[in-house]
Amino acid sequence: MDKLKLMKLANEIRKDIVVSVHSAKAGHPGGSLSAAELFTYLYFEELNIDPKDPAKPDRDRFVLSKGHTAPGLYAALAERGFFPKEDLPTLRHVGSYLQGHPDMKSVPGVDMSSGSLGQGISAAVGMALAAKIYGDDYRVYTLLGDGEIQEGQVWEAAMLAAHHNLDNLVVIVDNNNLQIDGEIDKVNSPYPIDEKFEAFRFHVINIDGNDFDQIDAAFKEAKTVKGQPTAIIAKTMKGKGVSFMENNADWHGKAPNDEEFEIAMEDLKKEGEALCQM
Amino acid sequence: MSDVKRIATRDSYGATLAELGTEHEDIVVLDADLAAATKTAVFQKAHPERFIDCGIAEANMMGVAAGLAAAGKVPFASSFAMFAAGRAYEQVRNSIGYPHLNVKIGASHAGISVGEDGATHQCNEDIALMRSIPGMVVINPSDDIEAKAATRAAYEHDGPVYLRFGRLAVPVFNDKPDYKFELGKGVVLREGKDVAIIATGLPVYNCLEAAEKLAADGIDAKVINIHTIKPIDEELIAAAALETGKVVTVEEHSVIGGLGSAVCDVLCEKAPTKVMKIGINDVFGESGPALELIKKYGLDADSIYEKVKQFV
Repeated sequence: MDKLKLMKLANEIRKDIVVSVHSAKAGHPGGSLSAAELFTYLYFEELNIDPKDPAKPDRDRFVLSKGHTAPGLYAALAERGFFPKEDLPTLRHVGSYLQGHPDMKSVPGVDMSSGSLGQGISAAVGMALAAKIYGDDYRVYTLLGDGEIQEGQVWEAAMLAAHHNLDNLVVIVDNNNLQIDGEIDKVNSPYPIDEKFEAFRFHVINIDGNDFDQIDAAFKEAKTVKGQPTAIIAKTMKGKGVSFMENNADWHGKAPNDEEFEIAMEDLKKEGEALCQM
Repeated sequence: MSDVKRIATRDSYGATLAELGTEHEDIVVLDADLAAATKTAVFQKAHPERFIDCGIAEANMMGVAAGLAAAGKVPFASSFAMFAAGRAYEQVRNSIGYPHLNVKIGASHAGISVGEDGATHQCNEDIALMRSIPGMVVINPSDDIEAKAATRAAYEHDGPVYLRFGRLAVPVFNDKPDYKFELGKGVVLREGKDVAIIATGLPVYNCLEAAEKLAADGIDAKVINIHTIKPIDEELIAAAALETGKVVTVEEHSVIGGLGSAVCDVLCEKAPTKVMKIGINDVFGESGPALELIKKYGLDADSIYEKVKQFV
């Protein structure tokens, strides 16, 4: 898929995120928007998956360790055809299968229930180990928040992944630099993130996580790595694409009101139109 | 009864895991640097390619087990009860319980019979923690035969199971030819009409001895072994209460949230009955030889006999 098409898709996914979070009157737009390119690339370019057979045994696995950004994951799954896009506004509503955090039992295409931070990466390591022990050649991807890596369990998981030379595992850190209480380096700095993963014997790739060329190069590079897991440190902008949400920690876990919703959709509509001119 | 054979249920667990590993390719065993103590080392020796030592990182181990189960394998994750149920509680709840993944948690060194290591390692709260998780099966076997059967039953069951094992070698007594382990079914070990002693795990054998002493005093005690604390055998418990009018629960666990609480949950709805709970009375344990601690904390046959006699 060409870059422009991916950019258009990412913009559609951003609209889906805003629509679903607005409808839910709750949720986490900031970290969903920052990772829109990553979700897009994973579900339209990288993962070996089949929307018609979401549980096919040889599929690549994706674990959204930063489970609160479910709106981004759901948008990508819906755009890819795992379930109807019309269901997205039922997010967080009573009785909806689109729970506030991903539920593998109810959502087609969700490989692991997640949301309690620090736990998804462990499950991803378990899946990658299963592939290694049983000789399966699927790959496992997991997306973490940069605040999430303050959880000690992340480093327990990283240690075990490198110990078992899990070159079928790609850990992606969405480094948007903001967590609920503010800038991550003011709250409890995890920096330097790349050197930490290097110290844990990962192959580390630093990229601009909102740039498809760099994302594409990073995932291609990860496939060539042998004998160690890969960590992609993706520098992103929290809230990207919605003017008043960009780089603003206030939009970590808050839904836009009706007025804000109109502004947000107008921002994304303009971006969509600009992309059509390219 | 002193010449009875004694085996620690953790040994039964390790031996059965190794057998199951030979029978079933999908079993993977995980440990957190305690393989020699939890006895998963027996499996490790037989099937090294399907053994993962996670090091001293129990939270991650539970998540890794969840990932293995999500990939279609049947992981048995082992540590001491304190760390499996205690330290990793939230991982067990959210990464295993909530997605109802097919993970078996083999927790050894439960209760005060850990002995000399003392309170930090004596988990008297694990049953309470694990039975609070929706869909979690909780099994606390009383001897070698039951522990082996329970391990096999855990494999056969589709869904998360918490298996509770002990460090101390305990009498083997479930050796009757007609013994059959059925998940969720209690076992009547002795009939009686004056009082129902409902016990689980290590003190079950002591309850049988206590019942013999009570019989000498003219008190006819029914003894029931509840190996599966969740789902609990409601019918058997309610029937025993209606039959005897008095119930005593005995467990090597806190009286808060364990077997005693589970039995009371059943009885308050189905057969309100006076209940005496024998267990660890909302205190931490301490260091000492296991048998001395069992006596000090009132779980030996003599202590149970005295308490039941007063109660009846």
